[in-house]
Amino acid sequence: MSGKPSLPTYQELAPGGVIPEGGTATRYQTGGWRSVRPVFHAAACVHCLTCWILCPDSAVKAKDGKVTGYDYDHCKGCGICAFECPVNKAHAAGKGKKGPAITMEPENQPEGKA
Amino acid sequence: MSNVTIKALTGNEAAAYAMKQIDPDVVAAYPITPATEIVQIFSDYVNNGQVRTEMILVESEHSAMSACIGASAAGARVMTGTSSCGLALMWEVLYVAASTRCPIVMCDVNRALSAPINIHCDHSDTMGARDSGWVQLYAENTQEAYDTLIQAVRVAEDPAVRLPVMVMFDGFIISHSMEGVQVADDAAVQKFVGPFQPVRWLLDTDHPCTVGALDLQDYCFEHKMTQAEALRAVPAVVQKVGKEFAAAFGRSYDLFEAYRLDDAETVLVMIGSTAGTAKDVIDELRGQGKKVGLLRIRLFRPFPAAQLRDALAKAKVVGVLDRYESFSGTGGALYHEIRSALYDLPARPRLHGITYGIGGRDIFPADLRQLYLDLEAAGAGKKDLPATDYLGVRK
Repeated sequence: MSGKPSLPTYQELAPGGVIPEGGTATRYQTGGWRSVRPVFHAAACVHCLTCWILCPDSAVKAKDGKVTGYDYDHCKGCGICAFECPVNKAHAAGKGKKGPAITMEPENQPEGKA
Repeated sequence: MSNVTIKALTGNEAAAYAMKQIDPDVVAAYPITPATEIVQIFSDYVNNGQVRTEMILVESEHSAMSACIGASAAGARVMTGTSSCGLALMWEVLYVAASTRCPIVMCDVNRALSAPINIHCDHSDTMGARDSGWVQLYAENTQEAYDTLIQAVRVAEDPAVRLPVMVMFDGFIISHSMEGVQVADDAAVQKFVGPFQPVRWLLDTDHPCTVGALDLQDYCFEHKMTQAEALRAVPAVVQKVGKEFAAAFGRSYDLFEAYRLDDAETVLVMIGSTAGTAKDVIDELRGQGKKVGLLRIRLFRPFPAAQLRDALAKAKVVGVLDRYESFSGTGGALYHEIRSALYDLPARPRLHGITYGIGGRDIFPADLRQLYLDLEAAGAGKKDLPATDYLGVRK
C-alpha cells in the first residue's frame, strides 16, 4: 500500500516537491497520452522549421536544418505542428502542389501510413 | 548589544519599520484595513530609496501572495502584509507557499472576517488559516510585533524549517495604538537576519530545477511528510532564535509567555493584546492573595502541546479564551488544542472554553477579574460553569 519500493522515501526527496535537476522530462514518456499522431510527409515539407520551433514538447526531430520526423515517446498529439504548417495552409487554400506536409491521424493506425 | 532608540510607534509603524530594517528583496502587497499602513509606510521607504526592495503593487491579495511565491521561488527574501478578507483571498496560495517551502514572512493584522462586515479585531482570519502549513506567531503588543517580525525571518529561513511565517497582532488595539518601542539600529537588525541564502532557486541557471510540478499518488504523500517534518522542527528553532534575539537585543522570547504561572491555581490561556489587560488584573488579584496566572500563546502553529501541557499541569482550573467564533459547536480552536494537550495528564485541570471579543468587542479588567473569580469558584465546587461559554455578549 506504500507505493513502489523502487521509489525514494520521503527522507530522500527534495523539500517542497522541487525537482532538483533539469531535463527530467526526457525520462517521462508522455507519448502514451496521444489519441492522434502527426505523420510526416517528407516530399511536401519545405523545412521552414515552424513546427520545430512551436512544438511545446520539443518532439519534432530535425538534423542539419531538416525535419526528420517526430519523437513519439514525447509527442502528445496536440496538432500545433500540423495547424501552423505553412505547407498545410497552402494545401488547404488549394495552392499546394505536393499535398500536406503533416497529417494528424488516429493513433491506432500503423505508423508511417500515408 | 546594539544601540537602542525608543520611538513612539503604532503597531503598523513598528511593523513597517522592522520591514525597512530587514530590507527584503521583494514585497508584493495589496492594502486592506487595518493593515494598510504597513505597506503604505513601506512604500515610502521604497520611494525614498531607504530600502533596496522591489515593490510589486498588485490587483488583489491572491495576486500578492502569488507574486510573493514566484519571487521566493526565484531566490528572493520576500515579505508582505495583510488582514482579514485579504488573508481569506490568499487562501489557495497560502497552501502553495507552505507546500512549496517558500520562507515568506507575512504580517497579518487580526481583523474579523465578513459578514457582517466589520473592520475590528478578532482572530477569525488567522485561525481559519491555521492549517495552511504556515508557522503562526502571535504578538501581544507593538514591541513584540517589531521583535517577532525580525525573528520570523530567521525562523522561516532556518535550514531545518524553510517555511513561511505569519506574524499577527490585534487590529486597531495594537495596529493603531502608539507605544514606546525600543528599536535597534539598522546594522544590528541586518546582522541578526543575515544575508538570504536560498537553497534551490529558479534564477540559479547553473542548477536548473522545477518548482510546482504535478505530484500524484506516487509522490504527494512523501512530499507532505517532508513538510510535516519541517513543521515539527519549528518549536526548537523558535526557542533558539528567541535566545539569540535576547543576546542581541536584550528581550527574550519563548514558545509562550508564562505570567505568574508557577504556583497559579486559576489560569487563563489566551492570545494577543488581551494578555496586557490580564496581567494588570493578575497583579491586583495576587495582591489579594489569589493564586491566579496567565499563559499567553505565542507560537500557535505548530502547536507546542507538550510544553503547554507541562506548563499547565499544576493548575486547578484553566480558562481558555478564544477571540473568534469557530462554529464548531464545541468551542474555539485554542480551547480544543489545550483540551487535547491536557488529555495525557494523569490528573487534568478543570477546563473551560470562553469565546470573547468578536468583531472588536472590548474586554475590560472587570470582565477578566470576574472570570478569574468565577473559575476559582468553579474549581472549588462553589459554582457551576458550562464547558464552553461566551463572555461580553448581550444575552
